[in-house]
Amino acid sequence: MNHPFAIDARPGRHTYLFLSSLLFLLLVVAYNVGSHIRLQDNPRDKIMPSLGQMADGIKRVALPMQPPEGKDELTPKQQKDQYRLWKDTWATGKRFLISVALLFVAALLGVNMGVFPYVDAFFNRFMTFLNSLVAMSLLAIIMVIFGTGDTSKVMLVQFGIFPFIVLDAYLRARSVPREQIVKGQTLAASNFEIAYRIVMPQIMPRILDSIRLSLKSVMVYLIAAEAIAAKAGLGYRTFVLQRYIAMDIIIPYVIWIALLMFLADHAFKLFIRRTYPWAGSS
Amino acid sequence: MRNKIFLSLLTAILIVACFTAASFAKEDFRVGVSIYAGWMPWYYLMETGLMDKVAAEHGVSVEIVPFGDYINSINAYVSGDVDACVMTNMECLDMPAASGIASVALITGDYSNGNDALMVRGGLTLPQLKGKDVYLVELSVSHYLLARALEMHTDFNEYDLSIVNTSDQTIGASFISNDSWQAIVTWNPIVMQVAQTPGVTNIFDSAQIPGEILDLCVVNKKTLDENPVFGEALVDAWFTVMNIMVKRGAERNEALSTMASLAGCQKTIEYTRQLDTTFMFYDPQRAVEYVQSQEIKDDMDRVRNFCFDHGLLGENARSVDEVGIQFPDGSILGDKENVQMWFDTAFVEKYVANR
Repeated sequence: MNHPFAIDARPGRHTYLFLSSLLFLLLVVAYNVGSHIRLQDNPRDKIMPSLGQMADGIKRVALPMQPPEGKDELTPKQQKDQYRLWKDTWATGKRFLISVALLFVAALLGVNMGVFPYVDAFFNRFMTFLNSLVAMSLLAIIMVIFGTGDTSKVMLVQFGIFPFIVLDAYLRARSVPREQIVKGQTLAASNFEIAYRIVMPQIMPRILDSIRLSLKSVMVYLIAAEAIAAKAGLGYRTFVLQRYIAMDIIIPYVIWIALLMFLADHAFKLFIRRTYPWAGSS
Repeated sequence: MRNKIFLSLLTAILIVACFTAASFAKEDFRVGVSIYAGWMPWYYLMETGLMDKVAAEHGVSVEIVPFGDYINSINAYVSGDVDACVMTNMECLDMPAASGIASVALITGDYSNGNDALMVRGGLTLPQLKGKDVYLVELSVSHYLLARALEMHTDFNEYDLSIVNTSDQTIGASFISNDSWQAIVTWNPIVMQVAQTPGVTNIFDSAQIPGEILDLCVVNKKTLDENPVFGEALVDAWFTVMNIMVKRGAERNEALSTMASLAGCQKTIEYTRQLDTTFMFYDPQRAVEYVQSQEIKDDMDRVRNFCFDHGLLGENARSVDEVGIQFPDGSILGDKENVQMWFDTAFVEKYVANR
């Protein structure tokens, strides 16, 4: 048998499971020890709450609240706070879905630029220019032009990612061998048939993969925008909670955002694999 | 064998050395500051080197650390990165005190006397705010000001309108450029900039609740108890600047213009106009009297009730009494077993006596 550090060594299923869990376990243990030490020193410490305190925090943001003793109804404050996690997830999720949907428009534009030289001439330089802008530096301008509602948040994401997806789709469309297009033309395919039935289907999995890889940037821009002005949202909540150092909720929120991102990424991968099984694993 | 004994001895010596080093009295202290009309004297102390000079006279070293963001400065104080920090009475209660960091309000420098304001477009009145969007930094003193305005002048409360949490970095520019924004609550210098916009009126400000928004210099109680000389140095430095600010003449003008430029004002008058809406306790005796008055107790009671109602004492806090606040006469608001915030006059009194 090879020693473990040989190139040809292959960990078995159980070994793999053990090794891959080790760092997670270490993180949890290290956190618990740190939290325990801090709480021993100061029982009211809020910076590193215990796992139990965080479980209680999750209960307060995710589960129904109880009216105060002797009352039948929730107070207005409780009504506002009840189900915060779900309200925030919906608020940010909505912005996220709209933003990602618009990225498909970007992909469509990029394909057309790659296929039709006149579309290329019209958009190419401008998109390259937009792609060079640093979206975050436009934040103040975007807020002034688009206000502070959902529009401005989605617009920030678009300034950040739309031109990138356009140019990515454009380059991929251009990389389709010229012979295929000529072949289509000899078989009497129309311009649109060549664009949407020859070029687009074969680059689609790669474009989807680019969109998948930019999901994290979408979230970064959304959270930044929510810090500027918002009534609800996952980013909004983590900023407001800082005002009273409610780490027992902030940490679960951070983990929840990570989980959602992981799921979104996985769903995209799965969709690509199902729809384009010939594209190979990505 | 001999080697092992030697090694363990060495370890023992090292450990003892570490402990003794840690228990030596501290000599280097850090004070977190952020930009606000009433806190610019700290910037002046830093910029002119006066802080170093005064601290040296007391045999310690005090570094003034400027923070670009107010909340970050308090976070640094709560995590122990700085030993003292400037903050309002409300944040002192709901951030350090509520997280078990025993804190002493060493210097009550001023109260906001118009620096915080509720401003509207189109001549809206307070009762007309019902159902409208109001832009402010949620859970800040702006939020408190709104709650007090509604309490004093309407029959509804903040849950009958819609609060939009807005960053203090952009609230002013956004309000000026978006006609659809009808009401904001913010603080100076933003109030001054916004008030110049045509059609904008100030319908409620902190001059109507004098003394409720106090601007303090807060020191970690443990550090202060172990190193009273640190407190003495801070008080000495602070009132050195206060003396400069009240005496007419070139030194005062120069100090004000330094503070103005450090606050990002184009002209000194922009800064002195902010000082006009800041009730500074220039006279240490006056500061002592104010902190010993009944008024400050009543005001802190209002503030702590706001904090409790908004979950700022911890969402699990069972009552407003959860965190104790002690006043110079020894009286305590809230839990006597869990006093985490002290209003102190001993240091300033000692300064007055030695003057």
